[in-house]
Amino acid sequence: MPLFAQAINMLAALFLLVAFAMLSQRRLANLINLYALQGLILGLSIGVVAYGTDQPKLYFSAGLNLILKVIAVPWLLRRLVRKLQVQWDRETILYIPTIMLLGLGLVIFAFNASLPLSELAGTINHNTLGIALASVLLSSLMMILRATAISQVIGFLALENGLIFAATSVTYGMPMVIELGIALDVIVGVFILGVFFFHIREQFDSLELNYLDRHED
Amino acid sequence: MSLLWILAIPLIGAAYLGLFGHREHAFIANAAFSLTTLAAAIVLTQRIIVHGPWLTHDAQFSVDPFNIFLVDLTAFVAMTTAIFSRAYMRIERYSGRVTAARLRLYHSMYQLFSFTMLLALLTNNIGILWVAMEGATLSTALLVSLYRTPASLEAAWKYFILCGVGIAFALFGTILLYFSAHSVIGPHNGLLWTRLNQIKGHLDPTIVSVAFVFLIVGYGTKVGLVPMHNWLPDAHAEGPTPISAILSGLLLNVALYAIVRFKVLADGSLHDNWPGALMMGFGLISLLVSAFSLSRQRDIKRLFSYSSIEHMGLATFAFGMGGPLASFAALLHMTVHSLTKSSLFFSSGHVAQKAGTQQIDQIHGLLERNPGMGWSLMLGSLAILGIPPFGVFTSEFLILTAAIHQEPWSLPFLILGLGVAFAAIFGKTQSMVFGASNVPKAPSPPSLIPSFIHLGLVLMLGLYIPPILASWYTHVAGMIHR
Repeated sequence: MPLFAQAINMLAALFLLVAFAMLSQRRLANLINLYALQGLILGLSIGVVAYGTDQPKLYFSAGLNLILKVIAVPWLLRRLVRKLQVQWDRETILYIPTIMLLGLGLVIFAFNASLPLSELAGTINHNTLGIALASVLLSSLMMILRATAISQVIGFLALENGLIFAATSVTYGMPMVIELGIALDVIVGVFILGVFFFHIREQFDSLELNYLDRHED
Repeated sequence: MSLLWILAIPLIGAAYLGLFGHREHAFIANAAFSLTTLAAAIVLTQRIIVHGPWLTHDAQFSVDPFNIFLVDLTAFVAMTTAIFSRAYMRIERYSGRVTAARLRLYHSMYQLFSFTMLLALLTNNIGILWVAMEGATLSTALLVSLYRTPASLEAAWKYFILCGVGIAFALFGTILLYFSAHSVIGPHNGLLWTRLNQIKGHLDPTIVSVAFVFLIVGYGTKVGLVPMHNWLPDAHAEGPTPISAILSGLLLNVALYAIVRFKVLADGSLHDNWPGALMMGFGLISLLVSAFSLSRQRDIKRLFSYSSIEHMGLATFAFGMGGPLASFAALLHMTVHSLTKSSLFFSSGHVAQKAGTQQIDQIHGLLERNPGMGWSLMLGSLAILGIPPFGVFTSEFLILTAAIHQEPWSLPFLILGLGVAFAAIFGKTQSMVFGASNVPKAPSPPSLIPSFIHLGLVLMLGLYIPPILASWYTHVAGMIHR
């Protein structure tokens, strides 16, 4: 196995590990750090693929991801939680061991589902598709389990990280226009959510979404 | 050139109204921008009629019979809704429910939303299609919570998160589709729909089938297919009524359009009608679940948004059946549903405004003091329930006819769904329209002209389909049919 492939596999493993860590992290400040770390791993692995396959286009994509996910979005989120003064709130997550087991099940499922697909890809990092799919599923799980608005959003952003990871592992990323479009959507989305948080807070004095569930039909 | 104008005008409109959207002239300016967009769409249509399908700007944009009628429909409904919005939002503004800043946001986002819809339709690049659909969610999310009530914030949050996750799945499907094309034609043009359509026979069936599942779940969330429909009634009920009208009239159609485009690709690769079966399943479940939910609705806008799920389910089912007749019927159904439903939202918006409530059991006897509103609500309801000679009757009749021939097992379910929906909506509308009045007479005449124009068109489509429209439908039906 060439050195690049080994490096990519190691980064992919770390990527999955961070996804698990996010699943069980209670404090928002730490959750944001984990998100930045995941962005860093994503950017690095795209960089390694760019170096290994000698594709200058991918350096650009790596740079875009690093700026967006290690600096811009975490900065926005940190500012937001500081303003809302919730960075050290402890969120209650019930049954962490059960959640972890559920997560393991999802990982096994993702690996099985992606096995026939990744064999068809001719990329050097094709066997990381399973990890990408697993982290997409883990992020969805996180969104389902979390009760506060901000951690749901971080789950959503992590989900998007997993998708970009998947795109690099099967096709060396999407065309540049699309990556820019996705990046734009992410940044606008975070802004809008920031506005939302204040509105929700204004109305409910809390970011716990349980208060929102009164309007069932 | 006309193609770029269609996209440029709403974009310029969004920027302009972002600055001056709170001024007195903004109500008219909004309608004027939409009217100009419609004019550009008509110029483009003229070109397509004369020269046939058009692939332009490095094949990044493509216009064919499938998207041209939707472009016209989108531009038209956006225009009439803007006219309705002029009267409606003015009342909201002067009653103090909407501040100047929010009005500016509303007008700007209205144009931006039109832009994303038209971009999603016109682009040939499935990646851009995704970006535009996500842009549509982003631009309308803040409009759903425009009134900042607890219920509207909840609705906007649900809308944002559910559609966000849905659209993320759609992105995964898009990536997989790109991947399958990547192994056939390399990294170039692997996202262009026309290119994918040429090579669809060579795409790997395993990847395409997985991709299609993600795509139908992803875009299906936006169509409002059950079980991903949870956001739809809330978003429709809590946002300002013009937004409900364009969500139902435009967004759902465009999302369904995306699914059908992907179905064409998946069919070409799979040859086993599995995508069709999946669509029939989603469609039928949506039809039944929403039909049975209708009778439990107490809010007039929620009632009609459940009816949107029902009709989109029916159209999805018909597209899933495939075949020339069913596809023709589904296309007609998309058109008439879009017109009828936006008309219904126009009238129910005014009703709710005048009655001061959206609760159905607090609205009685509209005909007595507000005959215009009463008639438009009654006729709209009759049209949406498929009473002849309205166009919805024609499309539903064609869908049922196709179902008898192709999928006879589905007939009882379809009739059950339509029957239950009929009973629920008819009963509720009747109690609102007839009887002793408790709604004060409208102080200013409501803007019901757009509503009646829509109903007139639906009536016309029930009696006579213009040959050019029929030939487009037939052409598209041939394209969708494997």
